[in-house]
Order: sequence, then structure tokens, then C-alpha cells
Amino acid sequence: MPVAVLGVFFVLPVSGMLARGFWPHGTFDPGGVLGVLARPRVHRVVWFTVWSASVATSVSVLLGLPAAHALHRLRFPGRTVVRAALLVPFVLPTVVVGVAFRELLGESGPLGFLGLDGSPVAIVAGLVFFNVAVVIRVVGTAWESLDPRPGEAAAALGASPAQVLRTVTLPALRPAIVSAATVVFLFCATAFGIVLTLGGLRYSSVETEIYLLTTNLLDLQAAAALSVLQLVAVTVLLAVAGRARAVPDPSVARTVARPRRPGRGDWPGLGATVALLAFVAAPLGTLVAGSLQIDGGWGLDNYRALTTNGTHQALLVPVTDALVTSLRTAVDATWMSLSLGMVVAVLVTRRSRTPAERRLRTGLDGFFMLPLGVSAVTLGFGFLITLNHPPVDFRDSPLLVPIAQALVALPLVVRTIVPVLAGVDDRQRQAAASLGAGPLRTMLTVDLPVVWKPLLAASGFAFAASLGEFGATSFLARDDHPTVPVVIFRLIGHPGPMNYGMALAASVVLAATTALVMLVVERLRVPSVGAF
Amino acid sequence: MTSVRALLALTATLALTAACSAVGESSSDESAKAGGEVVLVTHDSFSLPKPLLKQFETESGYDLVVRASGDGGTLTNKLVLTQGDPIGDVAFGVDNTFASRALDEDVFAPYDAALPAGAADYALPGDTDHRLTPIDVGNVCVNVDDTWFASHHLAPPRTLDDLADPTYRDLFVLPGAATSSTGMAFLLATVAAYGDAWPDYWTKLMANGAELTAGWTDAYEVDFTQGGGKGDRPIVLSYDSSPAFTVSKGAHESTTSALLDTCFQQVEYAGVLEGAANTKGAEAFVDFLLSDDVQAALPESMYVFPVADGVDLPSDWASYAKQPTEPYAVDPADVAAHRDEWLREWSDLTSR
Repeated sequence: MPVAVLGVFFVLPVSGMLARGFWPHGTFDPGGVLGVLARPRVHRVVWFTVWSASVATSVSVLLGLPAAHALHRLRFPGRTVVRAALLVPFVLPTVVVGVAFRELLGESGPLGFLGLDGSPVAIVAGLVFFNVAVVIRVVGTAWESLDPRPGEAAAALGASPAQVLRTVTLPALRPAIVSAATVVFLFCATAFGIVLTLGGLRYSSVETEIYLLTTNLLDLQAAAALSVLQLVAVTVLLAVAGRARAVPDPSVARTVARPRRPGRGDWPGLGATVALLAFVAAPLGTLVAGSLQIDGGWGLDNYRALTTNGTHQALLVPVTDALVTSLRTAVDATWMSLSLGMVVAVLVTRRSRTPAERRLRTGLDGFFMLPLGVSAVTLGFGFLITLNHPPVDFRDSPLLVPIAQALVALPLVVRTIVPVLAGVDDRQRQAAASLGAGPLRTMLTVDLPVVWKPLLAASGFAFAASLGEFGATSFLARDDHPTVPVVIFRLIGHPGPMNYGMALAASVVLAATTALVMLVVERLRVPSVGAF
Repeated sequence: MTSVRALLALTATLALTAACSAVGESSSDESAKAGGEVVLVTHDSFSLPKPLLKQFETESGYDLVVRASGDGGTLTNKLVLTQGDPIGDVAFGVDNTFASRALDEDVFAPYDAALPAGAADYALPGDTDHRLTPIDVGNVCVNVDDTWFASHHLAPPRTLDDLADPTYRDLFVLPGAATSSTGMAFLLATVAAYGDAWPDYWTKLMANGAELTAGWTDAYEVDFTQGGGKGDRPIVLSYDSSPAFTVSKGAHESTTSALLDTCFQQVEYAGVLEGAANTKGAEAFVDFLLSDDVQAALPESMYVFPVADGVDLPSDWASYAKQPTEPYAVDPADVAAHRDEWLREWSDLTSR
């Protein structure tokens, strides 16, 4: 079932676009595609993509780890609020974040003296801003249910906190860290708006190049060459990550450790978390300030205008209507990605009997990560040219948007659940079975208590990803039912005295909605079930 | 206790979730019109007042479905890729910089609409069998912040040459040609003005500190001194209509003006798609776009001028938006033939 869905909504459209590139005039011409790869410009583009994505991933992991510890293992007031707030950047439309960053870093902005506007540093900062939440979420969830006893034992035997971290904690967290890093790398390598806006057009990544080649130049041959390159690179990356993630015995003794009060040794970690918060808060601050600015003063006029269609009819529907559409779409995308994700996670983590079966399972695991590594433009155009004939005429279906968003969220769900599910000792299931439990009961009593929390985390994640998704949505959303990011994009692109302020106000509302939903999801975490 | 409460919360959430889902919601919310539906494919700047669109539906008997996404380039390429099996019946928003590509690929079917007076002037050169109908016209022009120049006791620039003059060093911001149709129009203006020597002009322009951004929004709203973000550059690439939007409440003068000797004319066309399911409906929509009501609504809705003569302009436009008399132009066939080459050379020049 999940394979069929991915086949129709991913493999078919992408191969449709590739076919147009490889058969430019009805004849097969692989030489032309290969010729593209020899262009010096392509080498520059590929190098920049790999460089920026690697740096941004390393920085995200380095900043995210202390925060994951502080927010998931320590107990202090406001913890859940901070946790929800850190997911906010994840849903903000790149257009808006790009503008917020540029107002901060631009020649006349408060940080203009750093001279970072249009530099690679600005691009990396933007990428980290978006992705650090992924690291915190994925690693934090694993960290939370990590058994503290081996660490305590090591400490009792005289290991320093650093030694405990290096020899006990980090190895146990390795699968989760590699998972998070892989997802972040894919997000960074396919980032689009950030590279264009913050790079001042001087830098192109593979993704921006595909966009330019497809939407402007209609050079499908070159676009196909880059898409194939992207696919190959992603596959290699996933294979390497799969290896790095593998541990001899993935099963981990699970207990849910009670979060403890921060001790003296936690101050460096807490300090790093506060620094991270400041980094995330700065662009958000400029957003909020901008949304409150009206003709020469301060006020809430921009917010009041959200129920209107904007100056000069910039919008077909008011932002408030779009918010309803966004929430409904996100609900659908969430259940779709959760149900698909669960099936995939269970399939992937079942103990394999033969090496071939194991390879198949890992292959499947990687297969579902692929949508993250492929250009949204290729996918969007592919939808148009392949999903147009019955029985798969989906070009007009209102479900197309949630399905596309579910595909984007699917890898996040899978990566959150798989490390935890893989940690369940298979002997527990065997024990349950030998005591007479059927497969369903085994799953309910053994697997569900363990994946309960990660499942909630994943659903929050999928919801947020859907709320903020712009690339595929803008391509597929129907004009009379736009989502909030699509509306923001329209507002910001239309001149008019209030449209800019309204776009900022709408972004703030989107951010607040997300934070609120995350808080509610956090409330649903049930200690008594999780601790079985 | 906690688990009971949690279960209750969970049930409530699930119930809420089910209520929110869009599944099961019927996609057509009102009874279908007798004539069936007509599907308009357009770019995401398309916008007309709702009552006007309703008026089209009642008068023609068709349901109008609007599918908008991407800019003019994305729109054209979508149409080219789905040639013969189009994603709609009628398209609006292909402009004169992309029109040749659409014609070469047989995207549009011939339809000889009755043009209002004056519209024929904007017909696409070389479109002998009337596949594209001109609907609106706008000019991409360099804009200046007059208040900034007044307070700095400096005469604002007037021509393209002035922009490369060291007097105006580090003052100009513009969207790039590769990522913005506005930027592309400016590149074409320089091609029209300098011929084969345009790369030399761009070298001088960049050496004079011109700043490139990804899109119009960035340039105008972040970097321009009169934009929403109060930037620090008083010269920006925008439109001939932009000065009509920088008139403060109660003032009788715009704070900005367009430099009419730097303009490139963009004409937007509509056309019936080859292989359309509803050809009659598509033709009716093209006629609707040429009607007086739509032509009069264009300035307020899409910031462009009508192609029809004698349409009343909004008062701000009549006073503050001036159209150039002799904008730069490049033959659409030339654009189609050299777009690739020009953009590549431009990218190399500007990313150095």
C-alpha cells in the first residue's frame, strides 16, 4: 500500500519528467544529458550545494544536541513552551524568513555592520534556522526514553560526565543522530528560497538551478541531468547513513527517565540552548515588530486587516479563510503520513530472516526518504504531465495537496519512529506470542507503549510540516482554496500600502497557530501509558 | 486517573480531527451551471474583483475555475509541457517575452476576438492567425525616491547611462533576470538600448555597486527607501504604475517617480488552448477579459494598464502613473532565439 502510493505520486511523475529530458525530440539521447554534467557551471553548482548542506547540517547537529538534552531530559519552568516555540521556524514560509533575515542583516539592518548580507554565511544561518528543530525533535525524543542506568553505572565507576557522554550516551543515540542529520542534509541540499533570497543571486544550488532550467529556460535535458545527479547522490547518502545508523544490537532497554532538575554540570548545555533560542528569536522578533508597524506608528491594523482581501483586492479569500483551509489540509496530511509512516516503520524494523530480506527492508527504508531529495519543481511539473489520464486523473482532486504534503512529511514520521521501534527487543514480542497473544495484541502491548510518544512527536511534526509546506502546495493548491503560505506569498508580491504588513501579520498568526497546536500535542503525552 | 483523562483528551482530539478533515467534503459546493465549467490557467498575480467573476458566470452560463501558480515563465512552460492535453481551456498571462515559445509549440488555437479600439496596437508581431489576444500592458521602469534625492540635494538619474554614473554609486537595487520576470524585462531593455554591447553596460552597472535580489519583493520591500522595510537604496527597478502606490494619505504628490526613458513594455495575452475541452467557454472568457468592466478593473487588481482606449483610470493612476511614450522593445522571436544565451552570459557577468 505505501509502495503503491509512493509509486503513483512520486516515481511516476519524476520519471515522466526525466523521460522528457532523455528523449528530447522523441529519440533517446543520453549523450546530451551527460554532456550537461561536463559544464563548468554545473561543477560549481554541485560543489556549492554539497558545501552549504554539509556545513549547515554540522552546525544544526552541534547546536541541536545540547538543546535536545536540555529540553527533553531536564525539568525547568516553561520547558514545553520553549519546545513548541522551537518548531515555529519550521513552518514559516521561506519568503517571509528570507525577508526577515535580510531586514536583520541588510546594509541598513541592526546587524548590517557584520556585512553578511548575500554571503554564504547568511545562507548557512538561514538553513540552520529552519532545520535545528528537526535535530531537537528527533534526537530529543530518543534521548527522552533512553535508559539512564548505564550512564549512572559508568559514572559510579568513576567516569567523568564527558566520558559518560562520549562512551555511553552518544553511542546509544547514534541512530537517532544519524537519522536527524540525514533528514537535515536532504532539506538543506534541496533548499530553494533561502539560497536565492539570502545569497543575492551569487550562489546557485542544484535545486535553484533545476528551478531556473525548468521554469524559465525549459531546458529539460539539463534539468533531467541534474535531477538524476540529485537522485544518485541521495541514494548514496542514504546507503551511507543506513550503514552509520546500524548498530550490532539496536535493541535498547527502555525506561522513561523522569526529567530532572538542572544541576551545575548542565549549565554549559543550558547556555547553548539559550544562545540557540536567541538566534531563532532574532528573525522572529523582526517579523513581529514589522507586523505591528503601521503608517508612522504602532498598531494592530495589520491584524485587523486579515479578515479582508487586502488592499486593491490582492487576495481572492481573506487570510482567516486560508487559515481554516490550512488547518484542514494539515489534519489530512497528518493522518495520511502517520498511517503510511507506521506501516513503513513496522515493515522496516521487523527482524529479517535472510540477508536478502534485510537488504530489501533497508532498501525500502531508503526508498521512502527519496521524496525529500528530489526537486519540488520536477515533482510539480511531473504531476501535470503524468497524472492526467484515468484511472489516475488527480490534477483536479482536492486531496492532491494533502497527499503531496504527506509525502514531504512521511520521511520525518518514519525517521522519528524507526529508531524507537528498532530499539524494541524482539524477544519481548516472542514472549508475548508464546504467552498466547495474537499479532494485534502483541503490537498493542509491546510496540504501542514504546512508540506512543514518538508517534505523538511525529504527528506534531507532520502537522507543522504540512502547515508550512509551500513548494508543492503553491503548485497544486486551487486558487479558491489557498493555504496560508500561498496567501502570504501573494500578499508580499503585491504592491499596496498594507499588503506587506499583512503578510508579516499572517506569518505571525501562522507561527502562533503552530506553536499552539504543538503545545496541545505535548499535553497529550501520557506518562502512565509510556512508562508501562 | 491520568490515563482516563488522557483517554478522554485523545477521544476528543480524534473527534475534532475527524470534523476538521477535508475528506468527504464535496469539491463542488454549488449546483453546476448549465454550460459546464471553463477552466482558466494563469499566473499567481492574476486577480479580478469577485463580483466581476460572478458576473461572467451568470452572463455566460459557465462555472469559472481558476488555476493559478508560478510566474509568467512557469505558466508558459506548464502550457508547453501539457500541449495537446491542456490543464484548462483558456490561459491568461503569457507575456511578450515568453509568447514566441508558446506559439512555436502550438499551445494556442486561433481565435479572432473582436478587439476594442486601441488594442490592436499591442497585438503580438508575427501572430498572423490570431492565437494570442492582448489584454493588458505594463512597463518595467526604474523608479526613484524623490524625497531622498531632494533631501540629499542631488538630481535624480534619468537614463540607463546615468545608472552607471559614479554619482549614483551603490544606490540602485534590482531583481535579477534569471529569477524574476521584472529583472528579465530590464535585461531586455538594456539589450534593446545597447545591442551587442549590453554586456559592457552590465559590467559598468555592477562595478557601480548595483545590488541584485531574487525577486521584485526583495528589492522593493527590503532595499528600497520607500518600501515596507525602509531600506537604504533610493533607486529601484519596478513599474510605471508604482508611483501611484506611494502617495501618502492626504498628500497631493507621490514620493516616487518612474524614469520614463528606462522602460521596457510588457504586454500580457490571453488565448484559447489547443485541445481545450470547452472551446466556446474559453472564447467567451477571452471576450470577457476585453470587456469594458474588466479593462477598467485591471489597474486596481493587477497594477497594469488596459489595452483598450478610453477606459477611465482610477484617480491615483490618472495623476501619478505616467506611461512612457517610447519604451524599449525587443522582437519576441529574437527573445525566443536568444533567451538562453543572454541569460547565461548575464549570470556569468553578475556572479563574478
